[in-house]
Amino acid sequence: MKKFDKERVLLAVAGPVIALVLAIALTSIVLLASGKNPFEPYRLMLEQLPYSDIQVLIINQASLYYIAALAVALGFRMNLFNIGVDGQYRLAAVMTAIVGANVALPGFLQIPLLLLVAICTGAFWAGIAGVLKVTRGVSEVVATIMLNSIATSLIGYVTLADVWGVQVGNNMTTGVMEKSGWFPGIDLGADAGEIYGLVFLAVLLGVLYWIVLNRTRFGFDLRATGASETAAAASGVNAKRMVLLSMLISGAVAGLSGLPLLLGDTHTYSLSFPAGLGFTAIGIALLGRNNPGGIALAALLWAFLDKASPALDYATPVAYEKEIATIMQGLIVFAVVISYEAVRQWGLRRQQRQVGAELAAAAQNVKKEEVAA
Amino acid sequence: MRLNSRRTRFSQVAVAVAVVALAAAGCGKSSSDSAGSSDDGTYAGKGIGLAYDVGGKGDQSFNDAAYAGLQKAEKEFKIGGRDIEPQDGESDADKVQRLETLAKQGYNPIIGVGYSYAPAVKEVAVKYPKVTFGIIDDDTIKAKNVADMVFHEEQASYLAGVAAARTTKKNHIGFIGGVDIPLIHKFEAGFVQGAQSVNPKIKIEKQYLTQTAQEGGFSSPDKGKDAANGQVEAGADVVYHAAGLSGQGVIQAAAEHKVWAIGVDSDQYGQSALAEYKDYILGSALKNVGGAVYDLTKSVVDGKPLSGEVRGDLESGGVGFADSNPKYKAMTDVVAAVDKAKQDIIDGKVTVDTQ
Repeated sequence: MKKFDKERVLLAVAGPVIALVLAIALTSIVLLASGKNPFEPYRLMLEQLPYSDIQVLIINQASLYYIAALAVALGFRMNLFNIGVDGQYRLAAVMTAIVGANVALPGFLQIPLLLLVAICTGAFWAGIAGVLKVTRGVSEVVATIMLNSIATSLIGYVTLADVWGVQVGNNMTTGVMEKSGWFPGIDLGADAGEIYGLVFLAVLLGVLYWIVLNRTRFGFDLRATGASETAAAASGVNAKRMVLLSMLISGAVAGLSGLPLLLGDTHTYSLSFPAGLGFTAIGIALLGRNNPGGIALAALLWAFLDKASPALDYATPVAYEKEIATIMQGLIVFAVVISYEAVRQWGLRRQQRQVGAELAAAAQNVKKEEVAA
Repeated sequence: MRLNSRRTRFSQVAVAVAVVALAAAGCGKSSSDSAGSSDDGTYAGKGIGLAYDVGGKGDQSFNDAAYAGLQKAEKEFKIGGRDIEPQDGESDADKVQRLETLAKQGYNPIIGVGYSYAPAVKEVAVKYPKVTFGIIDDDTIKAKNVADMVFHEEQASYLAGVAAARTTKKNHIGFIGGVDIPLIHKFEAGFVQGAQSVNPKIKIEKQYLTQTAQEGGFSSPDKGKDAANGQVEAGADVVYHAAGLSGQGVIQAAAEHKVWAIGVDSDQYGQSALAEYKDYILGSALKNVGGAVYDLTKSVVDGKPLSGEVRGDLESGGVGFADSNPKYKAMTDVVAAVDKAKQDIIDGKVTVDTQ
């Protein structure tokens, strides 16, 4: 049995490792093709890693990626493709910012209230797609993509000056949130910056994700439905209920993913609030194999590429384009899909061979016994 | 059971990684550790630092105008220059990092191109009091070493409105804005007021390409082309765009339908990318971003850095209406009307609304 465990770990790790090696090799080929040094950029980026301000940037960004990727992964576990994480987190962030700017409670009530607003907004927005899928059979892919666009328009509406918007210069914001809703961070000095306090929320969510999926009836039902809907239904799982519930939970988690930034740094939702997090998170969830530990590593890797690559612009004597990191991220996603499928098939063949060998051995034993008899 | 124990280890590793990562962030030097450069009368900086917003270089419009100013100053003052593009989905922290890196390397002045740099400029300017910072399109930062470079876009747009209303044969004109934001509303407001000053009953089509800049309202010629086609089909025969790179599509569509287009920011009649369609470019509402970059650099090189709000208007030449097209100049009544409107604004007889 122990050997079987090793096999599983080998298969789980082989995919990402092959993908990374492949992506790095392909990036080097791109660099070579454009007449650049194929290894120098990696060295330049790795040199950034010991700097504390870069580390802070990486951790802060990774916390956003991590929460968003957990939301995507939850859907994946259930065979649901929630492409709407992007709209869910932006809408949740804007609603949280509005409530935070217009409601003033003491901190110990204000912050739970803000978290609740984000959770409910995200769950509501994803829930629409869930209800459509359960009642009308609308594909969640189509529904969530469309809801992303609707979220953008809705945000445009609620940030109008005569709704809840506050114009600051040429920027449209939701007004500065009440101080009681600012989540304190870990200040590492003026040079290093501040780690968002809600980074710990990301860690907590990772632990919860693991517990819920692996230690609860709900998690079992969810994985079972994801593995085979018909088999799960036959064993008494209500598939429709599971679809709706997992969409709601996925949306709720997605809703939280903008909060480390909102409560820890910007304290307002403005035109320059980052968008596109939800799409990046899909790649991160894929690379992390929907596993909370794997996603954490993937999120950190992604954030590292984001934050270390600007140094390429300033490199001397030869500067490199920082888009190299973007190319690499794209190639990673690409390589992940291919290598996971290749590893899966290789694993299957390996298993078949082993089973075949065991059967053959068993058959031989039987023959021997027959001869002996 | 065994499966579970493996999973437990995995989650333990995850927690451990997170904790170690957090703890490690406290150690190590900061990449911004450096001694600040000091100027004693003579210019000792490394050159101009220019940080772009979403869209970046190559938009044939706003960002390129800033770059043109940088090139001009580089050449004239024989100093260096560095322009840095943004990343997708970045936050204020990344902009702070970008400006700090430029400051640390000794660039002076450092200019944030676009209002979204406001929080970052505000934060970094405090840390580097000896460096002059500039921000374009924002007037909210009040600091001694920050120049807020803003423009009366509505005045230039007013002239565009007058020109459009005088040229149209169907009394039907159009406005296409890149992104539905307050900055672009100023262009629309000026254009509408200018057109209505000629003919209060004129029909004006209005359209914004996207809600947010991230969706590509300033960078999608195809969106601009679709919008312009729609407006021309609805009957408009002069179309004004304030849409950055998307405006190329607007001008292309106008030329294909043989109606007038009005460009924005730079003199688009003279742009090589649009040479094919230039006969249909009536004129351009100018916004001299390049001049602002140049002026700020000059002031720093001269040792008397600009500070506070610097607003370009018709009088200072910070905004204007380009008349390079000979076909436009041939329409003397239109030119006279635009010139009169310009004088009225400068004299204060006409005040242009911004909303």
